[in-house]
Amino acid sequence: MAISFAVGGMELDPALIAALMWVMLFFTAMTGIARAYVQEEETGTALALRLAADSAAIYIGKVLSSFVLLVGVAIVVVPLYLVLFSVAPAMPLALAATVVLGCLGIAVTGTTLSAIVAQVTAQGSLMTVLSFPVMLPLLWIAISATSTAFVGSNLVALAPDLAFMFFYSGMTFVASLVLVEYI
Amino acid sequence: MGEGMAVRVDCHRLAKRYPSRQLFANLSFTIAPNSIFVVTGHNGTGKTTLLKLVAGLVPPSEGTVQIHCQERTLAPGEVRQTLGMVSPDLALYDALSGLENLEFFAAVRGIAAPTQQFAGLLEQVGLKKRSHDLVSTYSAGMKQRLKYAHALLHEPQILILDEPTSNLDSQGAQMVCDIMRRQRERGIVIFATNDLREVALADAVLVLD
Repeated sequence: MAISFAVGGMELDPALIAALMWVMLFFTAMTGIARAYVQEEETGTALALRLAADSAAIYIGKVLSSFVLLVGVAIVVVPLYLVLFSVAPAMPLALAATVVLGCLGIAVTGTTLSAIVAQVTAQGSLMTVLSFPVMLPLLWIAISATSTAFVGSNLVALAPDLAFMFFYSGMTFVASLVLVEYI
Repeated sequence: MGEGMAVRVDCHRLAKRYPSRQLFANLSFTIAPNSIFVVTGHNGTGKTTLLKLVAGLVPPSEGTVQIHCQERTLAPGEVRQTLGMVSPDLALYDALSGLENLEFFAAVRGIAAPTQQFAGLLEQVGLKKRSHDLVSTYSAGMKQRLKYAHALLHEPQILILDEPTSNLDSQGAQMVCDIMRRQRERGIVIFATNDLREVALADAVLVLD
């Protein structure tokens, strides 16, 4: 809503609208996912969890809860954002798939980084600083796919972007499952 | 690993060092089945770290910790099922009640038990009347009692206690002694303390200096 007021009645390029949408989703995610592990470490419940389950199981649980939270936020925020910017997506299902895959990528990567940041004393805005370069390829492709979903009509043109987002999440997930034991 | 199977802990040439200092080195000992093993020493000598090493929560800089059950060395996943721990560093969820905490951790451990069993555990630690209250409303002593219920949830063969009677009143301290005696029949108790009355309960004592 703040973005919509800031740009006033200006007509924006679909690519810019897509970029602003993902900036909004990224920072929303950072405020929530950053706490995924930090809160457990701060309150001492992390130790109780580690005694009860292995690190990979805890990680998978955290990824799932972050993903559900992010998709829930997106279900509320994205339609509202589209209404405020008067955007009628040409391919709404493709847009939905892009948002879901983007949320999955952010949840997977964000949860891994949250586990790392939770071990650091001076956490501050470290999560956002670390996340941005790591997630940049994902965000870049998500913006491109969203922009195409706004105005395009060729679903095939979106396929490489969606495939990239899927494999980005998959590779990050597999690498994290191996690494999380040592974090 | 059923109840009654003899467990033994073997620590071989253990060392733990941080970039700025070394806590201990070349530490070898065996904890026999059905015994109470006490770790004592001045503050900062590494008692808590040693307990975490045995629990597999912290990796040693050198050496090995092996837990044997019926002469078989347990894998890390099996060790987790064998251990229960009470520590000042461990906390349960404030936003849940005592009973809900036990139900949650039982679910995480894959224990399918009726609510009455958890209620019985809470009665054993003196929290039956407050079992439905949020943990955030508990006193420090009540939280410590709940940690015991949590540690005993899966009937572990090894019970690791860091400062076992901290925050507890005299009745609570007696409860801990009773738990230790029962646990000795089931397996092993390892605890860290500086309290000489607690050290007197030990079958073996390790002094860190």
